[in-house]
Amino acid sequence: MTLASLDEHAPRRTLWRLPVPDTWLVRMALAIVVVLAIAAIAAPLVAPYDPNAVDLTQRLQGPSLAHWLGTDHLGRDELSRLIYGTRVSLGSVALCIVLIMALAIAVGGASGYLGGRVDQAVMRFCDIFLAFPTVVLALFLIGILGTGMVNVIIAIALSHFAWYARMVRGLVLSFRQRDFVLASRAAGAGRVRIFMEHLLPAIMAQMIVLATLDIGHMMLHVAGLSFLGLGVQTPTAEWGVMINDARQFVWSNPMLIIWPGLALLLSVMAFNILGDAVRDRLDPSLHGDHQH
Amino acid sequence: MAGFILRRLLLLVPILLGVSILMFVIIRMAPGDPAVAYLKLSNIPPTPSAVADARHTLGLDRPILAQYASWIRNAVQGDFGISHVTRRPVIDDILHYLPATLQLAGVALVFTLLVSVPLGIWSARYKDRWPDHLVRGFAFLGVSTPSFWLGFLLVLLFSLTLKWLPPMGKGGWQHMIMPVLAVSFMSLAINARLLRASMLETASSRHVLYARLRGLTDGQVERSHILRNAMLPIVTATGMHVGELLGGTLVIESVFGWPGIGRYAVTAIYSRDFPVIQCFTLFLVTIFVICNLVVDILYAWLDPRIRLNAEAAL
Repeated sequence: MTLASLDEHAPRRTLWRLPVPDTWLVRMALAIVVVLAIAAIAAPLVAPYDPNAVDLTQRLQGPSLAHWLGTDHLGRDELSRLIYGTRVSLGSVALCIVLIMALAIAVGGASGYLGGRVDQAVMRFCDIFLAFPTVVLALFLIGILGTGMVNVIIAIALSHFAWYARMVRGLVLSFRQRDFVLASRAAGAGRVRIFMEHLLPAIMAQMIVLATLDIGHMMLHVAGLSFLGLGVQTPTAEWGVMINDARQFVWSNPMLIIWPGLALLLSVMAFNILGDAVRDRLDPSLHGDHQH
Repeated sequence: MAGFILRRLLLLVPILLGVSILMFVIIRMAPGDPAVAYLKLSNIPPTPSAVADARHTLGLDRPILAQYASWIRNAVQGDFGISHVTRRPVIDDILHYLPATLQLAGVALVFTLLVSVPLGIWSARYKDRWPDHLVRGFAFLGVSTPSFWLGFLLVLLFSLTLKWLPPMGKGGWQHMIMPVLAVSFMSLAINARLLRASMLETASSRHVLYARLRGLTDGQVERSHILRNAMLPIVTATGMHVGELLGGTLVIESVFGWPGIGRYAVTAIYSRDFPVIQCFTLFLVTIFVICNLVVDILYAWLDPRIRLNAEAAL
């Protein structure tokens, strides 16, 4: 399955050659994402130090050759912690998106494909989720499930899936009457087969576009909840936690707050640029601002 | 119009009922026995007899429907139970902390609208020239900046370096400037971008071409033919911004030591104080839903197409 299957008339492309305009901005965003991915996957190889190695003799050092970005209040290497933080940020958002897609396709797909009473019931169910501001629903779920990264991921997924489920339903409804589905039905394909072979690929392509647009937004969510102390617990290196750890030293060592925030800002920007580019290229109908 | 408003008001009932049922079900499905959690908070060892006592005190030994019915009956009367931690009625605490949060979120909403609308108009008017690039760059920064981090940057600049503004707490209007800026930056950016796109789209429609053909000046066309139509998506988006601003306020309160409901809720979440979490959620959802209702009504009032359709459907 490639992104290109969205565009029926386009020649086949591979994921390696993303179908996005080749501007310097997109190239830079792509470069940042690649760097982030490398940092996340190869953190133990790239990071100069163990992110949790406490060395109180080296606490709150400024940048030096030994510690490029200095050290924090426990003498831990700031750069190494930033690099390991990539894992948590990217990993949690990736898990969120997988969870959201699975939920949305199951719920929205059933709603749109089965129609009738099921559709009515499922959509009212989604309406209830949509009545919550996302942060409030996430806080509620974490309050009930308890703090911790796994629960944060569940909370973020549950507070976003209804938007996607509604989208999937709309897509299923619009694809159902398209020629390729009707032809398949005429050829005698069963419901399950039509859904898996024809509807699912088409929906997935659209969903990936939407998810790309949302990655940045979700990274901010995760970091915000971690900043409040509800996500990963110290001493795990995560950008939101690092900002929270550094706040008591904002007078003496402001850079300790600036670095993790900058890492977050750059990553969110890169994903937003890519998301916009993919959307503009693949689906002019989604044009306008997608936001929630 | 009165019928439309009444119908939307009635729709609130099933939504809020649904929300309360969903919350109730999630709480009952949560891992861990609430009776044990209650005993832990009270520093009582969870012996079997103590747990049984706690279950009885909390009403957990009654049928689930009866539990829901009595919870909702009490909630309607403003009784949300006693906080397991502070031992005070939850409603008193919530009403004590809520106004500060609403004040911050409300000012942020007004600020968002007051600033984003001129920015959007300016950007659309000078499409592809430097004001447009400036606003788009600013908007792009806005949707990517973590609000709590921006809060710290503002403190670093205005409190620690320039010493213009107080870094924390609630007091005069000076205390509001930085929290409002930090909370509203993202909504402001989204709104400006949305208005720009909406204006450019309207500007290419035929009624605008006709207005120009009639010899109206650019200013007249922009005011009465583009802007009025282009504002409609902004009205819809405002409903969503209310949610984002409320949520953002909860986070930003922690940065500025703002004595709102966010910090209270986070403390309750740490200690798993269920009655507080429940009440907090229900209040914020109600506020959000009512704001969206107001937005819907405003939208229908502004756009006769919606209003007349809705009335025809009655």
